[in-house]
Order: sequence, then C-alpha cells, then structure tokens
Amino acid sequence: MELSLATRTVADHTVVEVGGEVDVYTAPRLRERLIELVDAGARDVVVDLERVEFLDSTGLGVLVGALKRLRTAQGTFGLVCAKEPLLKIFRITALDQVFPIFPTVQAATERDGSGLAS
Amino acid sequence: MATVRLSFSPAPVHVRTARLVGVAVARRAGVDEALLDEVRLAIGEACTRAVALHRQYGLTDLVTVEMSDSGSYTVRVIDHAPIEASIGLTKLPPDELAAESLTEDDLTTGVGFALLAGFVDDLQVRPVEDGPGTEVRMVWPVARR
Repeated sequence: MELSLATRTVADHTVVEVGGEVDVYTAPRLRERLIELVDAGARDVVVDLERVEFLDSTGLGVLVGALKRLRTAQGTFGLVCAKEPLLKIFRITALDQVFPIFPTVQAATERDGSGLAS
Repeated sequence: MATVRLSFSPAPVHVRTARLVGVAVARRAGVDEALLDEVRLAIGEACTRAVALHRQYGLTDLVTVEMSDSGSYTVRVIDHAPIEASIGLTKLPPDELAAESLTEDDLTTGVGFALLAGFVDDLQVRPVEDGPGTEVRMVWPVARR
C-alpha cells in the first residue's frame, strides 16, 4: 500500500498519522512533511504509526532525523506504536532507547514531560 | 530445485517489487507464515543496501535477487559495488544512534544492518565470485511438504 500522511492537532501537539509502507521509496515524502511542519513552527510533534504496514531502515532514519531537528529547536518528538512487529524493529535496532514510544495518541500528547525529545 | 531470479535497475521504487516477489516465493516454498514479515523486511533491507551502493557509485548495473527453495528458502541479493563499500557494516550502540554527528545515511546503513542481523539467523555477506560486488545470502527453514 502506498504511503498516506495526515496531520491533525491534539492537545497542542501536531500529530502526523502515517499509513501504508514507509520504505526507501516513500520515506522521502515523510521526511519532507516533517521538515515542513517544523519549518512552519510545530514544536511538539507526534508521529502515529498505528496504520503503518511496513517500516524499514530508511523510515527509521527519517524519524531519527525529525527527533534531532526538534531537539535542536527545543521541541518534543514522540511516536505512537502498539504493534508488536513494529516494536520488535525498534528493539532490535535499539531505537526503543532513543524514541519516546507511546501506546496511544492520548498518552503521547499528555503534558507530563515524558514526551520530551531530549 | 525451483529458482526465481529477479533483476532490477537500482531505483528505490523497485525494492517494493523485490519484497513482494520474495515473500510470494517464500510462501510458496513453505516458509512459516509467522516468519514472512521478517522475510519481507530482510529482503527489503538487503535490496535497499544494494540500491544505495549502486547509486553511491553511479552504477547502472542491475541488482539481482535469487530465490531458491531446495531444502530451505535461500535468498541471495547481489550488488556490483566495490567490495570496500561493504566494510563498516556494524551495529551502532544506542548512545550513538541519535548523536548529532551521525548522518541520516550512516544511521540508515547501520540500522539496516542491525535489522538484517537481528531478523536473519543464517546470514552471510561475502564477495561475489566474478568481478566487484557483494552477495547477501539469507536462509530460512521451510516446512516439509
């Protein structure tokens, strides 16, 4: 399935809903969208991966790029993911120790400080 | 011995095709359904790596994927980039993953190798026998039919 991207605002956070396959072909579109959002002033960004069917190293690289960009901009960055196959990818790459990962959008957008990117 | 061979120009758009074919042949070969997500990811990573190397060196040669189901399901992904490009495939420690000095390309390469090593129990990366290039060989068990 092709990549789908939708953006909405939840509790002062910019939530990017990603669907379909994030791979070496489609990841540049996700990168562009995230850069556009930060350039437009978004500082608390959550990427919702619940509808993602496939995620590869290129997609992971884009997510780390966004994390760094927001850290530089004094912002926050979090992921929403509860799917075991995707969580396994984060564990194997040790990126589960880099990203704040939440089970729901609500948990990711609660302002308790746990979503801090830095 | 049934073998399927797919060759594609080194463009990102074709990596998905390679994944789809690789999983279809794996299913037909009798690879456990529970392993198919890992097969999909591993073939994708190996092909992504090959495409990246060809583009890095400006090579228009085709990337080849060979799938064989004799006894086990064996997938070979073959590139034609200079062999030294394969050096440096190591898993990155967690504290370096988000380091400012690490470029996105380097991170993607390291993470891609971590995924290959993490998802494929029987993995070999070796030079091709004729000319420059590397073969990534991955093997999965198949159920007896």
